[in-house]
Amino acid sequence: MSNLTVSEPESQAQGQPTGRLLEVEDLRVEFRTQDGVAKVINGVTYHVNAGETLAVLGESGSGKSVTAQSIMGILDTPPGFVTGGQIRFHGDDMLKMDAEERRKIRGHGIAMVFQDALSALNPVYRIGFQIGEQFRIRQGMSRKDAKQRSIEMLDQVKIPHARQRINDYPHQFSGGMRQRVMIAMSLALDPEVLIADEPTTALVVTVQAQIMDLLAELQRERQMGMILITHDLGVVADVADRIAVMYAGRIVEEANVYDLYAQPAHPYTVGLLNSIPRLDEKGQELRTIKGLPPSLLKIPSGCPFHPRCPRAQQICVDEVPALRQVGPHRASACHFAEEVMAGG
Amino acid sequence: MGDPTVSSMVTAAPGGASTIAGIEEPVSSGAAAPERRDKPRGLWGDAWRDLRRKPLFWISATIILLLLAMAAFPGLFTSVDPTHGDLSRSREGPSADAWFGYDVQGQDVFARIIYGTRASIVVSILATVGTALIGGAIGVLGGFRGGWADALLSRIADIFFGLPFLLGAIVILFTFNTPGSNKSTLNIELLVVTALVVLSWPLSMRIMRSSVLSAKHADYVLAARALGAGSGRIIFRHLIPNCLAPLLVYSTILIGSFIGAEATLAYLGVGLRSPVISWGIMIADSQEYIRVSPQLLLFPASFVVIAVLSFVTLGEAVREALDPKLR
Repeated sequence: MSNLTVSEPESQAQGQPTGRLLEVEDLRVEFRTQDGVAKVINGVTYHVNAGETLAVLGESGSGKSVTAQSIMGILDTPPGFVTGGQIRFHGDDMLKMDAEERRKIRGHGIAMVFQDALSALNPVYRIGFQIGEQFRIRQGMSRKDAKQRSIEMLDQVKIPHARQRINDYPHQFSGGMRQRVMIAMSLALDPEVLIADEPTTALVVTVQAQIMDLLAELQRERQMGMILITHDLGVVADVADRIAVMYAGRIVEEANVYDLYAQPAHPYTVGLLNSIPRLDEKGQELRTIKGLPPSLLKIPSGCPFHPRCPRAQQICVDEVPALRQVGPHRASACHFAEEVMAGG
Repeated sequence: MGDPTVSSMVTAAPGGASTIAGIEEPVSSGAAAPERRDKPRGLWGDAWRDLRRKPLFWISATIILLLLAMAAFPGLFTSVDPTHGDLSRSREGPSADAWFGYDVQGQDVFARIIYGTRASIVVSILATVGTALIGGAIGVLGGFRGGWADALLSRIADIFFGLPFLLGAIVILFTFNTPGSNKSTLNIELLVVTALVVLSWPLSMRIMRSSVLSAKHADYVLAARALGAGSGRIIFRHLIPNCLAPLLVYSTILIGSFIGAEATLAYLGVGLRSPVISWGIMIADSQEYIRVSPQLLLFPASFVVIAVLSFVTLGEAVREALDPKLR
């Protein structure tokens, strides 16, 4: 994990190969709706390397899922349009590839785990058939071999009695088991990058922990790059190497996990950390971030967080703060990042 | 579900039910049962396994097979010439000689029903299959493609939807099947089928399109794309199996209404004509005598009802078999 630096945008020439596995650079996505143009992603830059887990953290509507859909190329167009930026996989810009080239990367190169496994598995097929389909179609295996491989996959995600359960339908599994099936399906073609879009949100708390442990373990074993999208600060702490915090379609802070928790460099991150209920503060009021996330149809001028920010000044209304380096391996998009870090 | 006892209970149930199938294969039962369960099956294989256990499926399938046999080999079911009329027996009631009695012309009603099956069944089945295929295909295309292709196809469907059914059929048939022209029976049957398909595909198209539109945004389609499935695979593997049920149900009902539509057109003199026999023609002929000899209407009409009921039941059974949640 030597490559943790957050590069400054100025120092990096556009489109130059950097040896990173998957890079999103200055991605811009807008949704053209009847009410107007919603700027959902306004210049997102992040990357992930092999063997590393990046957690993308943000509230609903902050654009974390849309970024993932843009990477996968499953953005609903229309209304969604990628209007700028690059998504580089092994240095090649996927947005410039034709549909067939992109399709080949899916599954083999980048795969995705969806939030709700019940709706993400086809209800009319046995799960063995669904997992095996990839082996048969993409790797030309026989039905028998594909089935054997499917059983191995179910074993890897620790589904008991894999040999029997392979003949069950998605609705015959419990929520946690179903998410394991979903993970097995995504990992079938041994992808280099796995995007997990809120993989535990639909699950019970105890099962959440099991699924996170499983994902972390599989990621370590396979040395995959993993992008873990979540709104739950508690979920990421043990699993992620780095965290990128998103707000209103921008990355507002990026740091490795320890630094972020110990010394947040953006008022929004501070607010998020403060809003976690704590056992030692029993009986006190929960500290929330005041106000609501902005409407993406009408993003506030300057720093999008300024209407909710306790330290907002005139400069926050006038100028969009750039994501800049504020320490070794970390960046923040706040005019007063240094003061925030100092805890003032 | 992780509990081993629960999952073994779950797996035990289908294994026990496969004993019927085990008869075909007299292997030692201990090894045969898990082996059988291991066999990978597709969607249709599973549906067939499920269908075999439904009595309603067997009843309706038997009746439909019987009807098809009547259509193919009417000579097997009656030795009476359906066109032979004995006016002295006009409108005689049912007897041992003629189970369903005689019609106005003194023709044997039972024989006429047997011989009438062919025209009614051929026309209604062909028209239904044609409607489902054309309407379904255009619906899938429009729903999946979206955008201008969908708009164009939907507007075309709207145009056909706007044509009044009966008037449209009369115009089409009157143009190509002018009364007095000497066309073969098959020719006229195909013309009637074409007219029915042309005028009724838009509804099938709308049904399919709306199911595809909702299924297209389902997560499993998104997931399939995210794992690298191409458009063809998504359409045939994911969309069609999940969208078939409503169209299937509608189609089985359509068979019945097509038998009726064929009768209407025959009655109006633009469809099939005597000496060709169909249930529709028989119902049409009976209408002047409903009060004095209701059996003339009752017998052909009950065959229409039985045929429609069988197709509806079969459609329902197939639909249930295709839905794993109902298994």
